Amino acid sequence: MANSAAIPTAPTARRESTRRTGDARKFLSAPALVYLILVTQVPFAMTIWFSFTNWNLLRPNSTGFIGFERMFRNFTRVLGNADFYTVLWNTVYLTVAVALVTFVLGMCFALLLNRPFPGRALARTLLISPFLLMPVAAAVLWKNVLLDPSFGLSAWLFRVLGLNSVYLVQEAPMLSIIGIVSWQWTPFVMLILLAGLQSLPGDIIEAAELDGAGRVAMFRHITLPHLRRFIEIALLLEIIFILNIFGHIFVITSGGPGLQTTNLPYQIFLEAFSRWNIGRASTYGIFAIVLANIVVLLFLQVLRHKRQEEAL
Amino acid sequence: MTAHAKGNLIWSGGTLLLAGLMFFPILWMIITSFKTEDIAIAFPPRLFFTPTLENWQQAVLSGPVLEFMGNTALITVASTALALLLGIPAAYAMSYYRTRRTDGSMLWMMSTRMLPPAGVIVPLFVLFNDLNLLDTHLGLILLFAGMNLPLVVWMVAGFIDDLPFALIEAARLDGANLWQEFVSVLLPLLGPGLAATSLLALIFTWNEFFFAVNLTTRDAAPLSVYVSTFKAAQGDLFIAKMSAAATAAAIPVLVAGWIAQRQLVTGLTMGAVK
Repeated sequence: MANSAAIPTAPTARRESTRRTGDARKFLSAPALVYLILVTQVPFAMTIWFSFTNWNLLRPNSTGFIGFERMFRNFTRVLGNADFYTVLWNTVYLTVAVALVTFVLGMCFALLLNRPFPGRALARTLLISPFLLMPVAAAVLWKNVLLDPSFGLSAWLFRVLGLNSVYLVQEAPMLSIIGIVSWQWTPFVMLILLAGLQSLPGDIIEAAELDGAGRVAMFRHITLPHLRRFIEIALLLEIIFILNIFGHIFVITSGGPGLQTTNLPYQIFLEAFSRWNIGRASTYGIFAIVLANIVVLLFLQVLRHKRQEEAL
Repeated sequence: MTAHAKGNLIWSGGTLLLAGLMFFPILWMIITSFKTEDIAIAFPPRLFFTPTLENWQQAVLSGPVLEFMGNTALITVASTALALLLGIPAAYAMSYYRTRRTDGSMLWMMSTRMLPPAGVIVPLFVLFNDLNLLDTHLGLILLFAGMNLPLVVWMVAGFIDDLPFALIEAARLDGANLWQEFVSVLLPLLGPGLAATSLLALIFTWNEFFFAVNLTTRDAAPLSVYVSTFKAAQGDLFIAKMSAAATAAAIPVLVAGWIAQRQLVTGLTMGAVK
């Protein structure tokens, strides 16, 4: 596979020749579009509707619209609650921390793998594996098999280092989650940056070498600018997915202690499925959607830039 | 040996060592799954021991793992098949019959894949409840097909773009109808691409947890929901069995990912990076 970077688009000539036929075959995309509208947009619209209601499944009568003057009550309640800001901060903190850690590690691994050497395929295969591991299985593995204060591998490591065994999950819950999620997502960033590095034309590198550019100068002035779009794509896509982190928190900390590791998805889960407050959970859902959409819009913007650059 | 070659050796060895370190937790899980419970908690940890299949026998082969894995397999295969069924014709139209709206539709499709699951879980739960889809295979199949559909359209459209249009024109000159065009020209050429797309859909569906844990309880619950119940080591008895179950849950996706390595980047970025 060529490591070029492109959004799939049909060649323009073909586009012209086929459009004129006015064939009914262009409607072959209709079933997929209708299906996606049903599966994604209908629930989306319902979330907005529910957020204006006081529906609670524990009180079956309370299913209705609260009236125009009170329709934003869920929003004012949520915004007036200090817990909301804690949850929002946790969500942003977890996401940004993972993005930073995985960016640094992913870049290092991508640079290390961007040279031919015996065993490179093996190293690559080993490196991508954490990303493929089922998230809840990774959570179980770290929580019970590796970090358990009495039976885990960490207990032995602490003793070798002459320290008292500590249960990291309890002592530093958020940092543990950040560490475990970063371990899983480093390969994601690495793969995208590696594809970027390999799409750097060889003649540019040769020319720079002939001009006597040092390694650091080459990285700063040639590699990094070339990687810019790849870095943006990797980080924005990663952020879109990390905002949704749920399984790790569910298994490792259940959002605790207190609210210390509760992010937006986990808060929505609690509102909806332990307090059965449909209206309030939907209001939190709106905030999750808004937050994600900001990042998605940035991502689409980057794709547009990338396509324009490639068209030049 | 020149200094240069020696430097190379250090870099290569160092890279392999670091890669091994990243992989080590998974290796440790696999090793632990072959230990007896006593050896699994032995202090200091044992690297050499007589491997036993006891945990695999008890936790995987005769335990509930196989049952949950059956649910996961059914949901994964059926939802991927449905996504391909809807997605391949759409990709064909998007690729060969472009209109002014095609780019917009493609980007819109991609954006639905990025909708936060937590933002739509409440209405989905209500809808599933009203339609009697809670804790059914069908419910998750319909939902995951929607989740994988944008992936299928983007990837397959990319593969179709790489095919020479002349092949389709030749088939049409020979009088092939739409069905023949698909079955005898397109599908055979797209074979490897469709295999890669299916493997990627498998990776996402197999590991999915958020929708699964909120929309199923027991009958249709996939393996991820079962694995999530190992929240705590229950006494000193379960670390080895837990490892066996977690390894069994993880292996299909690890293997699928290793096989589909070359298409992984394209799939993960919805074709934005090839």
